[in-house]
Amino acid sequence: MAFQAPIDTYQGKIREVIMGGESNQITVGGEIAMPFHFFEGEMSRKPVIAMEVYDVAPDNWSSAVAKPFRDVLSDPVVWAKKCQDEFGADMICLRLVSTDPNGENRDPAEAAETVKAVLEAISVPLCVYGSGNIEKDGEVLKKVAEVTEGQRVILGPSQEDNYKPITAAAIGYKHNVSGLSPIDVNMAKQLNILMTQLGLEADRLVMDPSGAALGYGLEYVYSIMERLRLAALQQNDEMTQMPILCDFGREVWKAKEAKTEDEPSWGDPEKRGILWEFMTAASMLIAGGDVLVMRHPEAVKLTKKFIEELMS
Amino acid sequence: MALTGLDIYKKLPQKNCGECGIPTCLAFAMKLAAGQAQLEACPYVSEETKTELSEASAPPIRLVTIGTGDKAIKIGEEAVLFRHEKTFYNQPGLAVLVDDGMSDAEIDGKLAQIKNSQFERVGQLLRADLVAVKSSSNDAGRFTELVKKAMGTEFPLVLITDNSEVMKAALLVCAQSKPLLCAANENNFEQMANLAKENNCPLVVAAKDLNALSELVEKITAQGVKDLVLDSGSRSIKDSLKDATFIRRAALKKKFKPLGYPIIAFPCEAYDDPYMEAVAAAVSIMKYAGVIVVKDLEPWRALPLYVLRQNIYTDPQKPMQIDEGIYPIGEPDENSPVLLTTNFSLTYFTVSGEVEASKVPCWICIMDVEGLSVLTAWAAGKFIPENIGPFMKRCGITDKVSHRKVSIPGYVAQISGELEDELPDWVVEVGPREAGDIPSYLKNWSN
Repeated sequence: MAFQAPIDTYQGKIREVIMGGESNQITVGGEIAMPFHFFEGEMSRKPVIAMEVYDVAPDNWSSAVAKPFRDVLSDPVVWAKKCQDEFGADMICLRLVSTDPNGENRDPAEAAETVKAVLEAISVPLCVYGSGNIEKDGEVLKKVAEVTEGQRVILGPSQEDNYKPITAAAIGYKHNVSGLSPIDVNMAKQLNILMTQLGLEADRLVMDPSGAALGYGLEYVYSIMERLRLAALQQNDEMTQMPILCDFGREVWKAKEAKTEDEPSWGDPEKRGILWEFMTAASMLIAGGDVLVMRHPEAVKLTKKFIEELMS
Repeated sequence: MALTGLDIYKKLPQKNCGECGIPTCLAFAMKLAAGQAQLEACPYVSEETKTELSEASAPPIRLVTIGTGDKAIKIGEEAVLFRHEKTFYNQPGLAVLVDDGMSDAEIDGKLAQIKNSQFERVGQLLRADLVAVKSSSNDAGRFTELVKKAMGTEFPLVLITDNSEVMKAALLVCAQSKPLLCAANENNFEQMANLAKENNCPLVVAAKDLNALSELVEKITAQGVKDLVLDSGSRSIKDSLKDATFIRRAALKKKFKPLGYPIIAFPCEAYDDPYMEAVAAAVSIMKYAGVIVVKDLEPWRALPLYVLRQNIYTDPQKPMQIDEGIYPIGEPDENSPVLLTTNFSLTYFTVSGEVEASKVPCWICIMDVEGLSVLTAWAAGKFIPENIGPFMKRCGITDKVSHRKVSIPGYVAQISGELEDELPDWVVEVGPREAGDIPSYLKNWSN
């Protein structure tokens, strides 16, 4: 019996989303086959890595992941530049944690100033994530959209309860939006429908199906991503054809296996943490991730090597 | 080619008795063809038909057992390409490589490591499964000595040599422990197949590509060897992903018998960088390997691999659960906060992680709601005051704290009044909806 390669054919295609201003654009998406299945469809765009930058110095990072940023943690502009120049970040993901009403509660205009300063200092595209506070994120991201007009920033997270102001801001000032849904195919799809119904072009959307770390729900997100990708490619379901953003860096570094230093039976803590993030990244890529939001520079470097290895 | 449902139906008794659990013989035949039913379920089928149909009803990917006793591992018999379609059943075995060209100290170190790299997590023991013993010396005496040493670990073995004489010598000391013989290739397959058959051991078939592999498998099965494991020759992550995908698809979707066996992967031969080797192994866990041979399982590399394997092989139809009870975080005392939530393990991990991060010692009361998350359990009528009241009394928290204040998840704020009726001694306080807000909540908590 002769072997015949069982090639699958797909009807759908992942949309291409352009990020960044005129001079520094990157495009993600465009896949016409399951991830890294070069044998049945090219993958013309490389997945990209956005490195996290906080607008105020984080006080709860473990020393393994804080160490590489020791000298820059209190200055988001220098921090972002370091990620770009030294660590090879394809993008910066700026988190406006200072705006959280349960924390510093910085007002939107002040937070937007930081965004503007970071944007001016870097030449890679930007993603701006609010604190996750439903109401405040709507106000903050509107201001951010205004001061970054035309720079095709990814604004997020846009959720079921605040997608309206965020989507409106993205339409008005020509940005992209990241829609966050709680590990659920239908809710991810529904959010895309709602945002496009408001008038946002479908190729300005990425999906954030929720971030999860190895050992902490990774398998749920992994399978949701595979299902979204199969719906997009096999069933040609248009409202699942957005590129996927994976926001797992902060989840990884919350995991005790990644950050615990006083557990000798778990082996070298620094290497263990880096591998925890790298392995989470590789899993997300195999499941269909297009934009990875990551933290540790060594994990970023290894993930880039992994992407090169697969794309070569 | 495998039989269709209709072909099978023609050979069944066609009584439509339903004793197999399926109402009609036709429906039963369809299930047999899809590998979702066992012919044994039919009480009326003749022995003759049984033999005839056994091939059609055999699982599309053969189940192969390596080793004997408690530590034996079963691989194969997978039914889907994506875990959400059903589940992945048999976890791949992780094998650590020792080579008879290594120094004694190095060998002893690795053998000790495979025994020591064990962890307990969510109630499961995570550990390596096999020792892969390789002959690079091509010397039967040296190889046999190493095999004896490796047998001391009591883990099942993979014997790696292309030399059938060396293999034969090693089998004299370990055949009864049913090692995996690795490998038969186009030059040695007759001898290797004989060794596998005589000693009743599973055999790896290795070829340079999937065409050659399919042909070689057919030659070896013709010799009567049934328990096979496939090596398509690919080593890089990219090529292994491709071959593993083709093998799994050919077996499941095309019912292509020559590739209906588990796969062995060798990250150890592709990557010197320990991180890349570990992640190559990770990709093999996700994409279809049955045995994965790595150079090393030092704890910092072993733990993430075991956890990934646990994640990927979790049954997606069954939520992960933890045991009901009281979980102390930090070193709580009689004045510490009491938090209540459900036994969905993701809920527990998230909540306990945030409590730990807050550095406020707490008691977390975990109630058994069959592994559902808070909102789902409430909607399903499980996480409701009538059940929570008795749980709070039986769990023993009243002996742990002197105060009587319990914090419930913000998502079930609506039950707080009724819960106070159930627990008249207690003050029920509504906590945050999202776990991420627990630290700030605890900072302001007072009893």
